[in-house]
Amino acid sequence: MAVRAGRALSFPARIARSDAALPLGLLAPTIVYLTLLILVPVAQAILLSFQAEDGALTLDAYQRMVSEAAFADSLRNTALLLVFIVPIQLVLALAMALLINSRFPGHGIFLYIYAIPLAISDLAAGIVWLSIFTESGYLNTVLTGLGVTKEPIAYLSYENLHLVLMAIVVAESWRATAIVLVILLAGLQLIPRDYFEAAELFGASRWKRTLLVVLPLLRPSLQSALIIRTVFAFQTFAVVLTLAGRQFPVLAYEAYDWYANVFNSHVAAAYAGLILVLTMTVVVFYLRLFRVREGEAAR
Amino acid sequence: MTAVARAAPRRSPSRRVLLDRLLLYGAATFLALWTLVPIYLIAVAAFSERGAVYDYPKELLPTRFSTDTMAFFVGSSGVISSVKNSVIVALGTIVLSLAIGAPAGYALSRFRFPGRDVFQLAVLSSKMFPIAILAIPLAVTFIGLGLYDTLLGVVIVHSAMVLPFVVIVTAGVFASVSRELEEAAQTLGTSRLGAFLRVALPLALPGLAAAAIFAFVTSWNEVFAATILTLRERTLPAHVVASLNQSPLYFKFAGGFFLIIPSLFFIYFMRKYLFNLWGPGK
Amino acid sequence: MTRHGRVLTALVAAGSLVAAACGGGGTGPSAAPPGAVSSEPFVLLSTQFNNVTEREAVQKQILEPFTKAKVDYTGSEIGPFNDRIAAEAKAGKGTVGALLGLHGDFGGLVGPDKDYFEDLTPLANRLKDRGIPAEFLDLGKLGTGKQVYIPSMQATYILGVNKQALQYLPSGANVDDLTYSQLRDWCKNIADKTGKKRCGLPAGPNSLLHRLIQGYLYPAYTGGLVTTYKSADAAKMWADLKDLWQYTNPQSLQIDFMQESLLSGEVWVGFDHVARLVNALQQKPNDFVTAPAPKGPKGLYYMSVLAGYAIPKSSPNRSGAEAFIDYMLTPEIQAKVQNVAAFFPVLDKAMPADLAPHLKALTEGIQKQSKHKDAKVALLPIGLGAKGGDFNKVQRDTFQRIVVKGEDIQKVLNEEGANLQKVMTDSKAPCWRPDPDSGGSPCAVK
Repeated sequence: MAVRAGRALSFPARIARSDAALPLGLLAPTIVYLTLLILVPVAQAILLSFQAEDGALTLDAYQRMVSEAAFADSLRNTALLLVFIVPIQLVLALAMALLINSRFPGHGIFLYIYAIPLAISDLAAGIVWLSIFTESGYLNTVLTGLGVTKEPIAYLSYENLHLVLMAIVVAESWRATAIVLVILLAGLQLIPRDYFEAAELFGASRWKRTLLVVLPLLRPSLQSALIIRTVFAFQTFAVVLTLAGRQFPVLAYEAYDWYANVFNSHVAAAYAGLILVLTMTVVVFYLRLFRVREGEAAR
Repeated sequence: MTAVARAAPRRSPSRRVLLDRLLLYGAATFLALWTLVPIYLIAVAAFSERGAVYDYPKELLPTRFSTDTMAFFVGSSGVISSVKNSVIVALGTIVLSLAIGAPAGYALSRFRFPGRDVFQLAVLSSKMFPIAILAIPLAVTFIGLGLYDTLLGVVIVHSAMVLPFVVIVTAGVFASVSRELEEAAQTLGTSRLGAFLRVALPLALPGLAAAAIFAFVTSWNEVFAATILTLRERTLPAHVVASLNQSPLYFKFAGGFFLIIPSLFFIYFMRKYLFNLWGPGK
Repeated sequence: MTRHGRVLTALVAAGSLVAAACGGGGTGPSAAPPGAVSSEPFVLLSTQFNNVTEREAVQKQILEPFTKAKVDYTGSEIGPFNDRIAAEAKAGKGTVGALLGLHGDFGGLVGPDKDYFEDLTPLANRLKDRGIPAEFLDLGKLGTGKQVYIPSMQATYILGVNKQALQYLPSGANVDDLTYSQLRDWCKNIADKTGKKRCGLPAGPNSLLHRLIQGYLYPAYTGGLVTTYKSADAAKMWADLKDLWQYTNPQSLQIDFMQESLLSGEVWVGFDHVARLVNALQQKPNDFVTAPAPKGPKGLYYMSVLAGYAIPKSSPNRSGAEAFIDYMLTPEIQAKVQNVAAFFPVLDKAMPADLAPHLKALTEGIQKQSKHKDAKVALLPIGLGAKGGDFNKVQRDTFQRIVVKGEDIQKVLNEEGANLQKVMTDSKAPCWRPDPDSGGSPCAVK
């Protein structure tokens, strides 16, 4: 490597003073690509939400969206799902990742098994959990067979909305935990063994080790996983639709329904715009919460 | 463990280890069963006689085994060729999205520059809008570009859909790679690029593997964009999902199961990359 | 160096992927001499026949024998169907040569600023002597001046009944001549005696509940639909429906295809479109019978759902598409379609003798309905254009609010009636049967 003139500055200072050319150069393809393909159509669609049939600017679509009974329900339901699903999946995925990371004999097979739901589309996941939770489904078969319940329970009936919520949370947790798992596992790989061993050395219990040592070091991955999972949670509705039909409205399905069934792309765009704003808000919240600095984890 | 003398465990070490092991395996197995049972149910239903799927109580064992439904489904026109298309598109998506996204992730994790947070949000925001609603403008654009009904068109759109994930995951992983390692490599004589390729990249491999798996699986299962952008050169979901949604339940299971299989192979192939090449932790 | 080698391999792989991916592409417009039929292959985009078995059968038995051009069948759900037609029209060129869809599917694509379809009036005139009922052809205009689609298949809604349910019929009730209150009594009996609610309504998100309300329930109780939307008769109908709902399986709100619930035993008496009942009859022919819809105070109203063929303006092979539509409207092919899917011919010819047993049962149910002494036809909505979706939404919302949520009936009817009026005013659609003729002005809710 050439010795550059003016090498009086130390390495960290030099790198910290990188001009913006390189990072922007690395980022440019991504930005250009996404702008052309996604962001421009998104902007067009948002504009659509502020237009009437003839193109005049109006808030009609938003008014219509807000005045529907399903609107409040879908807001509430989407929030409920987030509140339940995200923490459950984090805990499950973390448990799986820690187990795998301990490299016990056979951990490779277990990792593969845990990763299988990744392969399953949300439609297929919806179908299989429907066959479990439906009145004549597997869960009722097992429970009545074991004598735990006498009559089959209607888990998916609108009369038992709390059971419906439970069914959706279970199905979604099952389906999407693997995504969180592979992210967390990748992050765990980068925590040097020394840290684990040092903690053991000082007699810390396994719980303490996990909470005080691993979690903070895992922050970047936790942040990524949370963000990804939340962004998806705002978008997916296939499992909800299959299990609960329209009795458990969620924002993503309302957007789709207005577009594909009612043929009203203005209100659909209004819902989509709302989803965008809400997701953005939550993600910004996560980013503030986690404030990760580069290389902090491994120092 | 030198701490034994100080911690003075109340049980003998071997029994403690045994208990630990039991707990470990117990937890791991419980989670594995939780994951596997629904897959098992799909498989059983896909390979059962047609009527079996309507029985109550449901059979938990494959007592009414039959390959009829699967055979009919797989043999129906267009399925095999759409599988081929899906594979091409999925692999293409991995290549394109990693090529564009991994450098961006690296940049986000390593450099402080004005507008960094905005960039990150902008990249993420492309995932925050339902893709189904963008179908018409995308289709019109692609018709205009001559990419309509081509697999390349689908690869381009799928890569755009997967790119934010790739960027975020790689950023998260590169952020954990110690900068000092790269700097050390540079002092030892490699260029910046060399330090990236030989130090950062291998360490970040589990993250890249995760991103690759995700890119493959997302592209493989993606329905909306693939449906609107193709007509004859269909991917498997585009070809099959509209049909499955209106078919009887036993076909839904057969189709659902068939959709899973290639992803299962891919994940199997990639799983060892999810671990660091240098063994446990370092 | 291995790493460079790997990078190189990746690049080569990427390159070949790109090469492989640059396949396909749309075909240009046909250039056949006038009068001749171009043999340019084209795509038939269809929202029907999407079932895995039907699709195979249609491809092999119906499309392949059509030798004038190669027709590739592509099934689609309604969302992508609309998107694709709009996109190809906007781009000015396309791969889709012909379309097959329901009346309502096309309805969403016509409008003052949308000119996506060829006018098929010349073709309709050429096919005049096939025997397509004039009323159907009229519906195919969708309220515009031109022939948007040529109707070629029809279907209706009937009751699918598990034989086990017959023993619980109320005394004096004949399953082929039920009133809605007898249906309610029947469902109550079943619920009381078996402990489970086994009646079913197709009220799922992708179901055709709105057609049931538009073509059966409203006319049967009120003699109209739009004009009588918030009348006292309508209130009675909703009250009775609410009553019936007490004895209906709550999972009805997830049912899109009644046949699945019939087969699993979750439903014993279910109302649905014949194409969504047929599989139950096919799988377990000895377990089920069909029956006409119940009748109300004003008669046994039923609705015929039409499906037909259209040609998009961006079609790459117009002459081939026209020849194809001609082919689909021959009696032999109509009979084949009937055998393959549970869609019935529009031609006024007799039913083929060699009908499969499950289709025979279905046909009997349909004929019992149309030949019933009190039977009257309610028409599909005409002229709503892009507002068709909003129109259907009003009925679905009314159902959700009154029956599921239990809101006050007259209050909901007043509010939804206002929404309905807005739809009618915006679409400027005049009344259609069973509403009395409004002489060209937009239909009004009284």
